[in-house]
Amino acid sequence: MASPPLIELRGISKRFGGVRALDDVSMSIDRAEIRCLAGENGSGKSTLIKIVSGVYQPDAGEILIDGEPTGRLDPATSIAHGVQVIYQDLSLFPTLSVVENLFLNTYLREKRGTVDWRRGRKMAREVLERLDVELDLDANVETLPAAGRQIVAIARAVLAEARLIIMDEPTTALTGREVERMFRIVRDLQAQGIAVLFVSHKMREMLEISEALTVFRNGKKVEEGPISEFDERKITRAMTGRDLNTGHFEAPAIAAGTAPRLRLKGVSVGRQVRDVSLDVMPGEVVGLSGLIGAGRTSLVKAIFGLRRDVTGTMEIDGQPLAPASVSEAIDAGVAYVPEDRLSEGLFLNRSIRDNAISAAMDRYAPRLWLDGKRARSETETMFNDMQISAPGTEVPVSTLSGGNQQRVVIGRWLMTDAKLLMLNGPTVGVDVGSKEQIHSIIHGLTRDKGLAVIMISDDIPELAANCNRVLTMADGRLTGELSGDALTEDALDAALAGATRKETA
Amino acid sequence: MKLFGSADAIIALILVVAMVLIGLINPAFWQLSNIFSLLKSNVVIGLMALGVLLVMISGGIDVSFTAFAVAGMYLVVRSMVALDYDGVILPFLAATLIGGLLGLMNAGIIHKFNMIPLIVTLGTASVVRGLVLGLVGTSNVNINQMPDALIAFGRTDILTLERANGTTFGLTAMIVIYIAVAVGIHLVLTRTMIGRSVYAYGADAEAAKRVGFNTGRTMIFVYCTAGALAGFAGLLHSSMIWLANPRDFVGLELDVIAAVVLGGASIFGGRGTVLGTVLGVFILVMIQNSLILMGIDTTWQRVVVGGMLIAAVAVTALRDRRAPV
Repeated sequence: MASPPLIELRGISKRFGGVRALDDVSMSIDRAEIRCLAGENGSGKSTLIKIVSGVYQPDAGEILIDGEPTGRLDPATSIAHGVQVIYQDLSLFPTLSVVENLFLNTYLREKRGTVDWRRGRKMAREVLERLDVELDLDANVETLPAAGRQIVAIARAVLAEARLIIMDEPTTALTGREVERMFRIVRDLQAQGIAVLFVSHKMREMLEISEALTVFRNGKKVEEGPISEFDERKITRAMTGRDLNTGHFEAPAIAAGTAPRLRLKGVSVGRQVRDVSLDVMPGEVVGLSGLIGAGRTSLVKAIFGLRRDVTGTMEIDGQPLAPASVSEAIDAGVAYVPEDRLSEGLFLNRSIRDNAISAAMDRYAPRLWLDGKRARSETETMFNDMQISAPGTEVPVSTLSGGNQQRVVIGRWLMTDAKLLMLNGPTVGVDVGSKEQIHSIIHGLTRDKGLAVIMISDDIPELAANCNRVLTMADGRLTGELSGDALTEDALDAALAGATRKETA
Repeated sequence: MKLFGSADAIIALILVVAMVLIGLINPAFWQLSNIFSLLKSNVVIGLMALGVLLVMISGGIDVSFTAFAVAGMYLVVRSMVALDYDGVILPFLAATLIGGLLGLMNAGIIHKFNMIPLIVTLGTASVVRGLVLGLVGTSNVNINQMPDALIAFGRTDILTLERANGTTFGLTAMIVIYIAVAVGIHLVLTRTMIGRSVYAYGADAEAAKRVGFNTGRTMIFVYCTAGALAGFAGLLHSSMIWLANPRDFVGLELDVIAAVVLGGASIFGGRGTVLGTVLGVFILVMIQNSLILMGIDTTWQRVVVGGMLIAAVAVTALRDRRAPV
């Protein structure tokens, strides 16, 4: 008879208020298995982790470990059964040494009153040997690179006699080579009989490391099977419930004689941008492609009034634009969504409404007082237009997923009656399904409001699928343009490679 | 465990350089009588600083300890006068207990309501000072009323030397108490789980909870110890200056916090050592003392202390600027 799975969930459900976070989910993990749990933000992955680790109690269903029902599972019993969770933030103590980060758990579990440093050091050395990695035991954890910290977290879980290690988005902060090293460690763990559950939405990595895959969508298990049955397309479809759009975006035809939304003539910005001329018509989505340092960001910053050293002429709807400040640029109808929305774009602990009105305060607070009614109703409109999924407009932005935060940033600018929207890396850190919705919202806006969009992105498929033309930039100059049928991923790749060659030549 | 961490070594180096410089400017600095008086001035600030060190390692800040010191000192001395009690051990136990209980109040409010320690301790400090003045009294207990046993205890020396002119000077025995407490706190911080829980809490309170520390107990340990040390130091202060003034210690919070920061503790928590704090206290007291020797007006000392605090905070903040996670 085959031995029972290490852990088995049967018919687990969990609700929070009116939201069904998990709906009758069953899954199991065998000993020494590497399984991946995939799903978009809000699909129930985190809830599942918290139920297995005993942080939440399920409303229905049961959990079996080694074939035995566990009854009520609290964090201490979950740990006693050998379940260890490595959260995305790792939960390490940055100012303490590697040794101490490793042994504190064990001593706590043994309910010790005093600290035996010599034994702690021995334990730490042994566990790192077992993982076949070298780390300076006396270094403070904060001085380690992300990969080193990850190893400390894994080693700590192993020291706690883990039989199942759950890793929540473990590769987010790692470079390619570091990911390889972590995978090697994970396989070593497997060889020692430890099961690993990866929780991720990165497809390439799932396909590389996992043996089996479980996909969640909206709190339900939608697909499950050995990894060989999956490819990227199938995983995406399972996660989002639809095929991703790989089509083309066509700009609407423009009546002759219409003034361009944006016209640049011989614009130079410092040393980063040289003699750039271009027109962007209403309804167009123009991609700006190029390597980092090609001058793309400097150019859009100049249009947004963030640069002083601008020469040449800029026009919005035929009106000269020479913004001396961001507020002048906003008044002229320019909107800019920066690369790093968290540090540059949002007030994280303020509500959606406060964030939404922050770009156009003059409009909602013409004199001293805030026009609360107008702010609320226009925020509601934006909230619906952007299809933000949140309990309401009063919740802090920090509680939203990456995709919804990005919608708030974009939506906020639309409340300023922007004529030109410039997006820098609009979907970095946004999951697949949300990404596509954001694109379709942007397309809708160009169609309905005649908005012109400039999109900077390093994501070539994103540019190819969503722009009606793409300009390539290198060394501060525009080097080429692709549009219509000529605009393909391959052509863009080639254009970029060509630009690089020229630079190095 | 390295006994002498690199941060402590830097502080010790600063201390040595400062001593050499001060000695060059004013050779009287090196006279044994001056060194003894310097050590004596270390005791009360040092005891309070050890308590504040715990609070700062835990990531908090405490400005209520001077109020607790006043409460312990004044309540005990007034009771001794009223009851005509003339002993030492019981009064010190009582002052320590009063401080500890008041610290428990801090811990309770901070932990239960998850509130910012600065605001909580500002509030409790004001309440306690007000209660002492309102309920116990506002008048000083002077040397002629002070219990004899306290005065005798406060003037105990472990070493008495004679000057050329026949007068004597001594090294106060209180320094022994200070060193004993410092060693005790050092051992607790480095060798016990409750001590390590203070560092863990200060490094990342959420992570400390997740790995299974009883963080409520950590808070109680930190704030009760800080309060108890303050109560004890308060009474000790009064027995050393033969005076119990219910309005004492105003503004001393700054000196003590400056000394702890100077000693390398991080205002962000998770960092700090007893040795560093003891050195920091010594540097601060030495500089204040030297300003007096140099004949600089006492009002200017506040400028110097404030400046040192800002400089020390700036330096440690640069050091502790967290690596992007």
